[in-house]
Amino acid sequence: MNFPWLTTLLVLPLLGALVVALLPRASTAVRPVALGFSLLTLAVGVAMTTQFRTGSDEPFQLTETYSWIPQFGVSYALGIDGISLTMILLGLVLVPICIVAAWDDVPAVDRRQHTYFALMLALASMMVGVFAAVDVFLFYVFFEAMLIPVFFLIGVFGGARRWQAATTFLLYSLVGGLVMLVAVIGVYLAGPRGPEGFLVTNLTGLDLSVAAGRWLFVGFFIAFAIKAPMWPVHTWLPLAAEQARPATSVLLVGVLDKVGTYGMIRFVVTMFPEATQWATPVILALALVSMFVGAFLAIGSNDILRLIAYTSVSHFGFIVLGIFAFTTVGGAGATLYMVNHGFTTAGLFLVAGMLIVRRGSRDLRDFGGWQRVTPLIAGSLLVAGLSGLALPGLNSFVSEFMVIIGLFQRHPWLGFLAALGVILAAVYILVMYQKLATGPRPQLADVPDMTGREKFVVAPIIAAFLILGFFPQPVLDVLEPAVEQTLQHAGASEPEPAVDTANAEGSGR
Amino acid sequence: MSLLESTLLSVAPAAADIGTNSGSYAVVDGGVAAVGWLMVALPLLGAAVLLLGGRATDRWGPLLATVLSWSAFVVGVLVIVQMLGLAPEDRALQLPMWEWVAAGSFSLTAGLLMDPLSMAFVMLITFVGSLIHVYSLGYMEHDPDKRRFFAYLNLFVAAMLLLVLADSYMLLFVGWEGVGLASYLLIGFWNHNPAFASAANKAFIVNRVGDLGLITAMALMLATFGALDFATVHANASGASGTVLTLIGLALLLAATGKSAQFPLQSWLGDAMAGPTPVSALIHAATMVTAGVYLVARSQAIYDLTPDARLVVAVVGAITLLYGAIVGSAKDDIKKALAASTMSQIGYMMLAVGLGPIGYVYAIFHLLTHGFFKAGMFLGAGSVMHAMGDQVDMRRFGALSTKVKITWLTFAAGWLAIIGFPFTAGWFSKDHIIESAFTAPGWQGWVFGLVALLGAGITAFYMSRLFFMTFHGKARWTDDVHPHESPLTMTVPMMVLALGSLVLGAVLYPTGILTGWLDPVFGTAEHGEPLIPLLAIQVSVFVLMLLGAGLAWKMYAAGDVPQEAPHGSALTRAARRDLYQDDVNDTFFVGPTRTLARTAVETDRDLVQAGLTGGTTAGLTGLASYLRKAQNGFVRSYALTMLIGVVAILGAVWVMQ
Repeated sequence: MNFPWLTTLLVLPLLGALVVALLPRASTAVRPVALGFSLLTLAVGVAMTTQFRTGSDEPFQLTETYSWIPQFGVSYALGIDGISLTMILLGLVLVPICIVAAWDDVPAVDRRQHTYFALMLALASMMVGVFAAVDVFLFYVFFEAMLIPVFFLIGVFGGARRWQAATTFLLYSLVGGLVMLVAVIGVYLAGPRGPEGFLVTNLTGLDLSVAAGRWLFVGFFIAFAIKAPMWPVHTWLPLAAEQARPATSVLLVGVLDKVGTYGMIRFVVTMFPEATQWATPVILALALVSMFVGAFLAIGSNDILRLIAYTSVSHFGFIVLGIFAFTTVGGAGATLYMVNHGFTTAGLFLVAGMLIVRRGSRDLRDFGGWQRVTPLIAGSLLVAGLSGLALPGLNSFVSEFMVIIGLFQRHPWLGFLAALGVILAAVYILVMYQKLATGPRPQLADVPDMTGREKFVVAPIIAAFLILGFFPQPVLDVLEPAVEQTLQHAGASEPEPAVDTANAEGSGR
Repeated sequence: MSLLESTLLSVAPAAADIGTNSGSYAVVDGGVAAVGWLMVALPLLGAAVLLLGGRATDRWGPLLATVLSWSAFVVGVLVIVQMLGLAPEDRALQLPMWEWVAAGSFSLTAGLLMDPLSMAFVMLITFVGSLIHVYSLGYMEHDPDKRRFFAYLNLFVAAMLLLVLADSYMLLFVGWEGVGLASYLLIGFWNHNPAFASAANKAFIVNRVGDLGLITAMALMLATFGALDFATVHANASGASGTVLTLIGLALLLAATGKSAQFPLQSWLGDAMAGPTPVSALIHAATMVTAGVYLVARSQAIYDLTPDARLVVAVVGAITLLYGAIVGSAKDDIKKALAASTMSQIGYMMLAVGLGPIGYVYAIFHLLTHGFFKAGMFLGAGSVMHAMGDQVDMRRFGALSTKVKITWLTFAAGWLAIIGFPFTAGWFSKDHIIESAFTAPGWQGWVFGLVALLGAGITAFYMSRLFFMTFHGKARWTDDVHPHESPLTMTVPMMVLALGSLVLGAVLYPTGILTGWLDPVFGTAEHGEPLIPLLAIQVSVFVLMLLGAGLAWKMYAAGDVPQEAPHGSALTRAARRDLYQDDVNDTFFVGPTRTLARTAVETDRDLVQAGLTGGTTAGLTGLASYLRKAQNGFVRSYALTMLIGVVAILGAVWVMQ
């Protein structure tokens, strides 16, 4: 029998959470142990990646299937394709970075620190589960279960309005989850049923009636749109991001929210191709609106964390546009964007967090001139910002560009409108940087620049910007087969170039 | 949408015939060209070392940056030497580097293209760029952030070289935005001044509007050709429909107007003078702002097939050359006057490339000579500012010719070149553009020819005005200045550039060096006779030059220059305000963006409220307030919710079965 890689990835952080939680009250080992477990999980994740074959034509690899509740067709079934692999790896890389970033977030009073880091590790485990589940019901369980650690991370450790933020987050997610639950049951009933009736592979290519397909589609889509988050159901995000600790926001916005777009690809498009076609115009419109509204909201924001959250709304708009363009370039761009956005968001949130701790305020108007106070931190924020505005050479550019040109292949005007987003991105990032870092040096008591620990947070993120900017191909190689498969399920045909260049040997081809 | 889509999706009938066109370049198989990437890598390394090395590199960092910039120049020279050993038609070497992006049928290898056009730019960028590094050693000597300055300069040189050496539009775009970033960083180098920080933002954002054009052009190329590399796109251009080609041409032009500060995206260049003067010389005069001309020249294969787009290019050039000249005549800030002049001169180049094959060589020629004389004058302006305690108001200059002799003489060389004094570099290059303009067909010949001619007259006026106000007439200095000449690190580069301003034209043109070198790229153009005899054009240019310079002498050297700007005519007042470009932009773009942002924030607040209290979630809000009250029992409540959910599922399953 093969080594249960995915279960190991699922259990290790959970075990870590347990160990951390059970450490003696006065233990100083809480943070090192938490970091150790996260790094160990990452190492296992990297080892697992070596077992992944990019050329494989199986829908899922490294699968583990055990019967769980056969009466209801529920299995404990894990497996990954290129998209889930990259999402899991993104999470595994970001967790240790976030733990280091959150090192001093919570003082070692009572068992608060124990709880904080145990919750983060628990969240890491849920992240693996939700992306690795290939049983629709199991996916639903993880989808709901991951709310619990996030809820407490925000509700207990967040800012002044943490409880309201956590509740709003939970309510939105629960509403989406409940609607999805109905659809989950519905799709099971429409499928072959039986003891493995919830397996994704058994629910793909069903012969649904038009009405049934569309209803089920809507059920899933609402949940994912809330999670993604898309306008107009994004409104839980700004409050959550503003009140949560930056490290929590990174995991929430950078990784967990990807469940929304991931779900659209894995479940919505794959299981309901007819309904997808039916709804595509509306979704594209909503995505475009998200992209624009998110950008304008970011331009109008003075709260740094809120601003970053809004840029994510805008970027998720791009991702959804790429998915629903139904071209290989657009789809590959969108899935690559899901990885890139994780790093960009991490850079923005975590560096902003360093500034907020130093200034004791999230309000941009309380800053100004910080390039001269903390040059390294300000410079890092600028680099993260440049990644956010998709500067060529940094990670986001390749993906955003692919989304735009892939969308253009299918809908030229939409592609052009989406491209307008690059101007707005320049506005919100540079205006933020201007308010924060430029202007006369403020009169402050000695503020330390980036500490050694903080350098360990920033360095891997900037390295990821550059590597993914110049050498994204290995990631694209992993993603592409999964994207092609999705396009096949969706029944989309690739638009051909207008001019046949096959005989003209171009250098780049 | 349907029109564009159908155009895009329809295969042009000619496509089949050209299917066998081979568009590949010869791949480098040895020699220095095999390490041509060093040209980009060396200055990039400098930027990385200086930025990451921190204060440890303060002492030797600037020198290292200068050396690395010169090294890129040396590699460039060696590549050219290698190319000279090849037959002219084989002088296009491609150096594939790595597979950058591939998805589906689209694949793109990052690679460099070393051909006569790109290497001409490499020479300009590395030579003038390195000189300006040297100059900056003196100019920035006492700046506490000198190291950061040199890091950005090196970053700029690397990005600019990547821009011209890239073998695909996509890699070109990396350099394209890279120079934009360097420009942003350097304009805002002294961003503790809020106005300078705003100027940096303005430059980047306006450039992004232009970049929208490049992105759109690339999207059109991908949809049409399925590729973004020069070879495939250019070899197959004739297979695309005319509409698509025109759209691509216009989109590329939009990009060019942004980067090259051409109408209607010219507004950022004047504000960009907030950057240290060496930056104005290198980025905002000699190199980066000419990238738009490079883009159009590089895309010759497309523009050759779309006279409509080409006409728009020429029109944009003609408008800008007058616009810049008019604005330049009214500015009292020496750097802003020079910036307006840059706009105007690039307008000439744009006009030239818009004229089609006849103009390409002259556009590049003027670009090279302009790189020398304009950079020289900017450095001269920096030297003057150095002498005058960083003042820029020419109304407080005057009579400096005796105090800063070297600066005066070197500046004079640039001045003679730009006004087109016979046998200087500018005379060779600009006169050819004016003559070419008169060969355009029909009304175009008259319009473009006369505009170019008129522009030459105004150029002579405003540049002489600048020269006389600064160096001649009466001293109008503020009390606290004691003019002194700059150190040799600054004056030597000025002397070199001055020499180039005088002789570069005579060296490159009558000898046939330039035309011969660029011939494999542009070919030999067939062109008609100019509308009026060549000699008449040349004489008119000369007379207009004398008139413009003479008028300036009378007004600004012989006459008194008031220390406060007089009220002036309506045109003067408009020109001082850049012909109201900022007011237009504020009204149509900045204002609406602000309004939209405000509206978005307000709407969002309502949405959040609606989400909390309104319609569908009303019931849950009740639950929320209940849960808020029962904080301690929340885990239980949540478990209860889950339980209810599970029961519901079981019930549903039971009912269904």
